[in-house]
Amino acid sequence: MRHLLSIADLDAQAASTLLDTADRLEQTLLGRQVRKLPTLRGRTVVTVFYENSTRTRVSFEIAGKWMSADVINVSIGGSSVGKGESLRDTALTLAAAGADCVVVRHPASGAAHRLAQWLAHTGVAVVNAGDGTHEHPTQALLDAQTLRQRLGDIAGRRIAVVGDVLHSRVARSNVLLLTLLGAQVVLVAPPTLLPSGVGSWPVEVSHDLDAVLGGVDAVMMLRVQAERMHGGFFPSAREYAVDYGLNRRRLDLLPEHAPVLHPGPMLRGMEISSAVADSGRALVTEQVRNGVHLRMAVLYHLLAGEEVE
Amino acid sequence: MAPRSARAGAAGSGERELLVEADVARTIARMAHQIIEKTALDAPDAPHVVLLGIPTRGAPLARRLSAKIAEFTGVTIPTGTLDVTLYRDDLRRRPARPLEPTSLPDGGLDDALVVLVDDVLFSGRTVRAALDALRDHGRPAAVQLAVLIDRGHRELPIRADYVGKNVPTARREEVWVRLTELDGADAVLLRRSEPDAAGAVPSADSPGDGPAGDAR
Repeated sequence: MRHLLSIADLDAQAASTLLDTADRLEQTLLGRQVRKLPTLRGRTVVTVFYENSTRTRVSFEIAGKWMSADVINVSIGGSSVGKGESLRDTALTLAAAGADCVVVRHPASGAAHRLAQWLAHTGVAVVNAGDGTHEHPTQALLDAQTLRQRLGDIAGRRIAVVGDVLHSRVARSNVLLLTLLGAQVVLVAPPTLLPSGVGSWPVEVSHDLDAVLGGVDAVMMLRVQAERMHGGFFPSAREYAVDYGLNRRRLDLLPEHAPVLHPGPMLRGMEISSAVADSGRALVTEQVRNGVHLRMAVLYHLLAGEEVE
Repeated sequence: MAPRSARAGAAGSGERELLVEADVARTIARMAHQIIEKTALDAPDAPHVVLLGIPTRGAPLARRLSAKIAEFTGVTIPTGTLDVTLYRDDLRRRPARPLEPTSLPDGGLDDALVVLVDDVLFSGRTVRAALDALRDHGRPAAVQLAVLIDRGHRELPIRADYVGKNVPTARREEVWVRLTELDGADAVLLRRSEPDAAGAVPSADSPGDGPAGDAR
């Protein structure tokens, strides 16, 4: 693995290897006195976030540090990006300064791919930490890891992905990964929040959350991406909550074994009620914890292998 | 006992069977006796002994040693596995390896007499990685090393406390330990690896398919 840009670049075996490695890492660190591995000593990971993020950036930072890599965060306000430097120049600067891996979040879809092309001659690995409305592969992987831990095998399971699919890179990556791992995916969203090409996706589509909940093994709620909405996609937050919010009543429609996931940050009272978010059925904190192990696994497979000649 | 040469044919050309099934069983039984004697684990003031197998084949070996010790003394010694992949010093020289399980016995390793168990002792680098890994898991009172085969060619000042069999080898040769739990049968094979057209000696990296030992 040279980069992690898209779930579409993985086959089922590669995805399972990443999940297995994450599980092993979790097990290795469990109950230890020292949560630090020497594996990536001498390697440098730079996180460059062109959009705000707490959990993803911190998760990569902890992952790198627990494997003894040197982790440097470049925040946009305090860097030359704020002065107008291009993504390409920033990337080449980081490579020249000795970065082994660049973790990038960018508002433009495809930015991580472009970065990987610009850095191809340098041997620097690129990890896509979210690009526009395109993909967020590590989020999908940590979601799959969380589901696998709770449900056992993912193959043959039916998973509902609910909410703002149109603007969600998490939904796109999850659809790719869950179907790759053999699950059936049902997208539940208002028609205005579904992408135009959804008919060609390998998924079912529904606009009726109540009707779907009884027959699924898990529900993945999405964040309503208000910052990406330039226009009215639904009449009001209240109406969205009534039609697509996960509340106590709807939780009772779910089979008992089915957990609830949310990539965060949660809009309580709109996408998910506090009663559900704070219940034992919601795996939000497990997702965050798994995120660290999963990102350790990604860094391990990108950086611990053979040096590029 | 049949002469070794008589067994060579059965293992295929270029391959010599160093130990057959009965030899492996006898060797493990002898190592169990040595561990009992040296650690006095059946004495009234016995130390807290833990057997930690290094994956892949050290893990079943540790379990077998524990079973033999229980058979001979009635004392049950806890076993665990310790994957050392994340501590290896050659990670950047080979493709990323899959991780093997690590599981420590309840009660941890603090103040225990930990016996590390591996199939083959070669350069000593795996054992060094294991010592580094142990340090992050606790503070054993003492650490000992048990190996089924010592094939020499050490690159570090490390020696085993319990050796099933010393096997003088050439560097180019490979020692393959086969265990019923993973390979369907017990055997120890010596193979001579031929250089390829470019003159490089082939190496196998995947546990289970490659030659045993710490230069894997």
